[in-house]
Amino acid sequence: MILNALLSPEFFNAALRATTPILFATLASAVASKSGIINMALEGIMLFSALFGVLFSAAFQSAWLGLFVTMILGGFIGFVLAFFVLKLKTDEILAAIAINLIATGGTVFLMLTVSGDRGVSSSIKSLQLPRVALPLIENIPFLGEIISNQNILTYISLIMVVVVHIFLYKTPLGLRIRAVGENKDAAESVGISSQKIQFTALIISGLLAAMGGFFLSGGYMTYFTKDMSAGRGFIALAASTMGGNTPIGGFLVSLLFGAAQAFSNIMQMGASLPYELVQMLPYATTLIGLGIYSYSLMKKRHRLSGK
Amino acid sequence: MNSNTKFNILRTLLSVGIALLISFILILLTSHEPVKAVVKLLTGPLESTRRFGNVIEAMIPLIFTGVGVSIMFSANQINLAGEGSFHIGGLVATVIALNTTLPAGISPIVCILLAGIAGSLVTAIPAVLKIKTESDILVSSLMMNYLILYFSNYILSYFIKDPSAGSVVSYAVPEMTQFSTIFAGTRIHIGLFIAIVVALLGYVFLYKTKLGYELRVTGENQDFARYSGINVLKITLISSLLGGFVIGLGGGVEILGMYSRFSWTSLLGYGWDAIIITTLAKKNPLYVPFAAFFLAYLRTGASIMSRSTDVATEIVIITQGLIILLVVAEQFLSKYKHKMIAKEAKATLGNVKEVE
Repeated sequence: MILNALLSPEFFNAALRATTPILFATLASAVASKSGIINMALEGIMLFSALFGVLFSAAFQSAWLGLFVTMILGGFIGFVLAFFVLKLKTDEILAAIAINLIATGGTVFLMLTVSGDRGVSSSIKSLQLPRVALPLIENIPFLGEIISNQNILTYISLIMVVVVHIFLYKTPLGLRIRAVGENKDAAESVGISSQKIQFTALIISGLLAAMGGFFLSGGYMTYFTKDMSAGRGFIALAASTMGGNTPIGGFLVSLLFGAAQAFSNIMQMGASLPYELVQMLPYATTLIGLGIYSYSLMKKRHRLSGK
Repeated sequence: MNSNTKFNILRTLLSVGIALLISFILILLTSHEPVKAVVKLLTGPLESTRRFGNVIEAMIPLIFTGVGVSIMFSANQINLAGEGSFHIGGLVATVIALNTTLPAGISPIVCILLAGIAGSLVTAIPAVLKIKTESDILVSSLMMNYLILYFSNYILSYFIKDPSAGSVVSYAVPEMTQFSTIFAGTRIHIGLFIAIVVALLGYVFLYKTKLGYELRVTGENQDFARYSGINVLKITLISSLLGGFVIGLGGGVEILGMYSRFSWTSLLGYGWDAIIITTLAKKNPLYVPFAAFFLAYLRTGASIMSRSTDVATEIVIITQGLIILLVVAEQFLSKYKHKMIAKEAKATLGNVKEVE
């Protein structure tokens, strides 16, 4: 029965849906990591963005405008992180933890102040981005059912994989970001301002994470709930690391996590295994995957240095 | 006291002050009764013995997590699995208390020791992964917390759940295994003494033993430590085991002292609280109780405030974040620091001249 469910197009469809927020955050992490900064504030940016999405799509009565403002604010949080790390020489992990804490408290506080809701934004009339049926593709058997009829942000996330790849590897700014991440001093010596580049990278990282956060409350769900990012920012950090901080690698790994998430959703309904154990799946996958990936990397490094 | 220490203390106090000020402004902007809210936040815990008792009760687990994280951070092990260690500590203490029949005096000791061991395993897994595969301890420790949460939920619902209770909670821990209260009118339990002893031992370990010294050297500069013949891998493992043990101990103490049943079905955030305590205490276990008292006071005040006014307790989480940001921002007030150092240097020069 489980096998049938796993091979059904519905499963793959759900997996792609679950991948979307993680994918955005993974791309966000990749851009930041390439510039040499670990963006652990992804979790907080996503959480803030999930609330902003609800608030601003309701305020403007336009999901697109809501997304736009959310992205700007996400970029701003990226800027704040960069400001503390680069200008005030704050430890990047501690600064990120602080931002995540402010997000945990701030979102509840803000929601309560704006709408009087505690926990769930049920009284805010927010809007979602639409699901789109792809003409022609939807008629392809099996594949059509998987790919078509997804939220438009899911398609955007897939396009962003290509965009971020091109950005990092084919544009001058992308080259600079990678140069600064590889060797700050070398980059400085050829006239690149490493601070400016890292600021830019973290702002872009914030923009991307904000899209993932928006999807949580404006696509995946239709409302904001307290702590709804649920560690996805951290999973993305792991996914990006496992994917070698490349957009394509990160995409493949986040697909794996999306599948694990969708699998745990199916299993919860099937109830042939304890629900709680199934919930461990995405995290266990990450932990084991990370171990295997790092191990192979280490072996490779040792082999190279041995010669 | 040299100008550096003086400056550090000053900056920490100022950071806390500014963070509080920003929070007050937030209250002012959003509340209909801001003055009452701020007064309740600041003086609420002093209103009665019971409320001040709440502060001390809340301080106990924070001391354990603060000391544990201080030990790991002193070795520069950014291991964030403390959250999971605390959680599993509570679970293991409950399971042992429910399933063993030991003499009254020994039972709680066995419970919390096993809780500590379970806690140390949780933080050791990312450390072992780091040693064996060179994988990032930060990421793997974050994953551990969620694994532990769902694992605990599983054990709770399938093995120790009390079906006659209204909500998802375990069977009640036998009375004789629970800690007794030490002050009438409060729920302050003997865990307080254990916490203070742990903080003192943590200090002695880090600052008065060879191993503690090696640990701090490794934290300061790993390459230097390696060249001086310190086994860095051993330090990585020991700091994680010890830190996790202390935090797990705290989880066990919390269950036996404050709860009669295991009821944690979501992450409690003690791991993140420990970060702010460690930051305020500058990774020194000796200062941890003070930082823990401060945070516990703020928490208790906030909870009193939210019960009597329209301001949500979550405001304190924002304050916490702001404090971390300001305290660890090295360049914050750095101009002032330069002035202070320059002044001191001049004064010393002046003295030298006078002597001549």
